[in-house]
Amino acid sequence: MSQEAVDSDVDLHVPAHRRELHPRTLGVIAIGGALGALARYGIGLWLPTVPGGFPWGTFAINVVGCLLIGVLMVLVTDVFTGRPLLRPFLGVGVLGGFTTFSTYANEVRGLLRPGSVPVAFGYLAGTLVSALLAVIIGMVAARRLWVLR
Amino acid sequence: MTALLVVLGAMVGAPLRYLTDRLVQSRHDSLFPWGTFTVNTVGCLIIGGLGAGGTGPLFVLLGTGFCGALTTYSTFSYETVRLAQERAYFYAVTNALVSIVAGLGAALLGYTVIRALM
Repeated sequence: MSQEAVDSDVDLHVPAHRRELHPRTLGVIAIGGALGALARYGIGLWLPTVPGGFPWGTFAINVVGCLLIGVLMVLVTDVFTGRPLLRPFLGVGVLGGFTTFSTYANEVRGLLRPGSVPVAFGYLAGTLVSALLAVIIGMVAARRLWVLR
Repeated sequence: MTALLVVLGAMVGAPLRYLTDRLVQSRHDSLFPWGTFTVNTVGCLIIGGLGAGGTGPLFVLLGTGFCGALTTYSTFSYETVRLAQERAYFYAVTNALVSIVAGLGAALLGYTVIRALM
């Protein structure tokens, strides 16, 4: 396999990731995670989820976060190389703190009630498909804009 | 100050995701992203249990802050796409399906157990 990370948080197959365990790495992850979570909390207040309704706030957060991880991973792999704290801060911290799998699962669980089961499955599948497409679009766009010029 | 609870929870959750991912990966050499799978499933179990108790300050601290930052959709999606790019199609499909089934199952389990205890 290639030396390009499969896991954007940390991939021990990649030598640079193996060497990056320092207190300052954990520090930038904590700060980035707090900023990302705060942004998610703010969007949640702005777009509150109606009981039984489609959770648009979390949906938008997760899809935008996936678009940005696609862009970021192309940038840290091919453009801004030699900046060891960039991926930990923006990828592990900000985007990891911004997007959430637990709220997504908990919202699907909450929608599994008579009357909102179709919404539950629409949200479950809709997020997955949109998130995967967003990663691909982010990677392709970043390659075209910054790598293949 | 509710936002401060989010910050406090996330400052623990995000580094814990990173450290757990490293620890899990150091125990196996598979391409399958067990580390992210682990944090996502555990986070879903905890938030499910918290959800049974309502959405007060404890939910904001541990659910929105801690579990929200411990779990990640961006890494999960990125890994799934990268596995497909590496032609590990079986792993890619399995990662997507198993993560979602396990996450939803864990959230239901946490919710049901705490509900029964209350």
